Amino acid sequence: MKLFRYFPVAVDSIAANKMRASLTMLGIIIGVAAVLTILGVGRGASANILDEVASQGTTRLTISPSTESEGEGAGAPVQTLTMGDVRALSDAAFHPDVVEVVPQYGGSIQLVAGSNNKQTRVTGTTADYAEVHRLEMAEGRFLTEDEIAQMSNVIVIGTAVATDLFERTQVVGESVRIDGEPFTVVGVLEESGNAGFGSNDDSGFIPIGVAHGRIFNVPRYRGEYIVTSVSANAVSEERVEAAEGQIEQTLRLRHGLGADDDNDFTISTQASLLDTIGTVTSTLTLLLSSIAAISLVVGGIGIMNIMLVSVTERTKEIGLRKALGAHTSDVLLQFLIESLVLTLLGGLIGIAISYGLALLVQRIPNFPIDLLIGVDALLLAVGVSAGCGLIFGLYPALRATRLDPIEALRYE
Amino acid sequence: MADSSALIDMQNISKVYQMGETKVLALNGVSLSIEEGEYVAIVGTSGSGKSTLMNIIGLLDSPTEGVFQIRGQRANGLTGRQLADLRNREIGFVFQQFNLLARAPAWRQVELPLFYANVARGTARERALEALAQVGLAERADHKPEELSGGQQQRVAIARALVNRPSLLLADEPTGALDTRTGEEVMALFEKLHEEGLTLVIITHDQEIAERAHRVITMRDGVIVSDSDAATATANGFRNGLSRTAPAPLPRPVAIEQDEEKMYEAV
Repeated sequence: MKLFRYFPVAVDSIAANKMRASLTMLGIIIGVAAVLTILGVGRGASANILDEVASQGTTRLTISPSTESEGEGAGAPVQTLTMGDVRALSDAAFHPDVVEVVPQYGGSIQLVAGSNNKQTRVTGTTADYAEVHRLEMAEGRFLTEDEIAQMSNVIVIGTAVATDLFERTQVVGESVRIDGEPFTVVGVLEESGNAGFGSNDDSGFIPIGVAHGRIFNVPRYRGEYIVTSVSANAVSEERVEAAEGQIEQTLRLRHGLGADDDNDFTISTQASLLDTIGTVTSTLTLLLSSIAAISLVVGGIGIMNIMLVSVTERTKEIGLRKALGAHTSDVLLQFLIESLVLTLLGGLIGIAISYGLALLVQRIPNFPIDLLIGVDALLLAVGVSAGCGLIFGLYPALRATRLDPIEALRYE
Repeated sequence: MADSSALIDMQNISKVYQMGETKVLALNGVSLSIEEGEYVAIVGTSGSGKSTLMNIIGLLDSPTEGVFQIRGQRANGLTGRQLADLRNREIGFVFQQFNLLARAPAWRQVELPLFYANVARGTARERALEALAQVGLAERADHKPEELSGGQQQRVAIARALVNRPSLLLADEPTGALDTRTGEEVMALFEKLHEEGLTLVIITHDQEIAERAHRVITMRDGVIVSDSDAATATANGFRNGLSRTAPAPLPRPVAIEQDEEKMYEAV
């Protein structure tokens, strides 16, 4: 095809002005590298969070009390989610799709072991918590049904708590004091590896009855202890929505909400959490990429500028080519393809740079996020740089075609 | 002279340029016919219309009035694309300043017209090398203009003009940028090519160059003031390339000589 014959011409012309060409390409290089890197960071960060969320199970539902105050202009918000609700939700007859309903009541409190102490978040819960939240044990075991029922003074702690209190993690059988009361350590959680989202390294778990009755001063609502949240599992990923409906129905009934009343609780599923995270990261990525894309436009204007200079400089050459039989389309294509080659080359260098960065980041141990550059982003980069070349090269190329060969040949 | 077998046939050609408010009559009813195998010089001062005439013969410009035919084909009313194709096929240009591409080796320069004639790459290179051999530069095919002398550069340009086997070689002051000795070499090359059958039209203000041609057309104020008649020239036998005797020298108006002196000063 004749089109390809213009490429060597373009390459020759670019090679004739290497310095100028590389400076011109710099705009496109920086633009493409910036956009790709930001897209990669965005994708990497979002994949990281999504992995984390998914590793905690996709069937989990979390019920939390609404923070809005009840009634008109009432003072303190009334917390209505109680142990009574937990028992009601545990009735499989009315909630066929809900299993493992786990109450939680947590607060920050001081743990003491010997001369060491640590302020940490201690949660009162039941034995199913480990299953619902996919906890892995490094030492010992999680709380048992018996310990929950008998309200034993036992505690499961995270690795950070263990190392802070005992300077080691093999601490099963050791004693920890809360408010002067001794608790036996029955298990230590596996280190979650990242200090961020969903880590349990800095926490402790005790039987819910102990938290309610002895450690925290927990208010009651209609005679039942309140909880800070309730976790539950749906029987399967497909039944999450059905489970949500069943829970909602029961809670609305128990809380005496009329048809027009809003829920005084919120049910969040992992799916809705994933959605939210996805939306936030993609919005952020889009915003940052748009800013980076501005540099592409600036780079494109640089291309246009240099191509205009090039056309003026080569007026005589254009005149000669026309005299030798070049069609208008030949001249147009020659200059269009020259700017296309310029931007494509810049785009490819930009891609190489962002890939280099991605590889570099992979080699850094414990770097919080990966740089994920997908095929779609690559195609986008190639497409955008080619588009830049065509759009910003069009005007200079048209200028070249409009030259009168007689005038052009006389041009000095 | 309305001989349809003529290579170039111009009937009553006028060219008017619009320069702001005023109209300039660059050519005023010129009729001219050039036969295949002729060796013609067109002379005249600047503003005489010889450049306009050259541009029209070279299909770079179209006349405002009159009929222009090349090989019996009317060029009036052709589109830019058709003119470009015709130019590519029929005309070989040689310019005063050589007009070579700065960075390309000689064979690439020579190949250029074939690129626009859509000749396949391999064939084009082969023909470019042949044309370079024709002008005696076979060994310099890979040299760039900066590695060639002025005379060699002009020979590359001549090879480029020849490569697509045009009907007519149109040379605009071909020795203007060369010293006397290399200018002589280039003229000798032209004359060798003419003897081999090439039609040659040289536009010049240099009387010495013009006198070497077998037919001299003198322009002034947009008209042909003298033409050493083609018929007479034919009688002298120049068309067979047998006679090296120049046609009878023309009576040249004194005014031209004066104008030329002015031109030299300007150069």
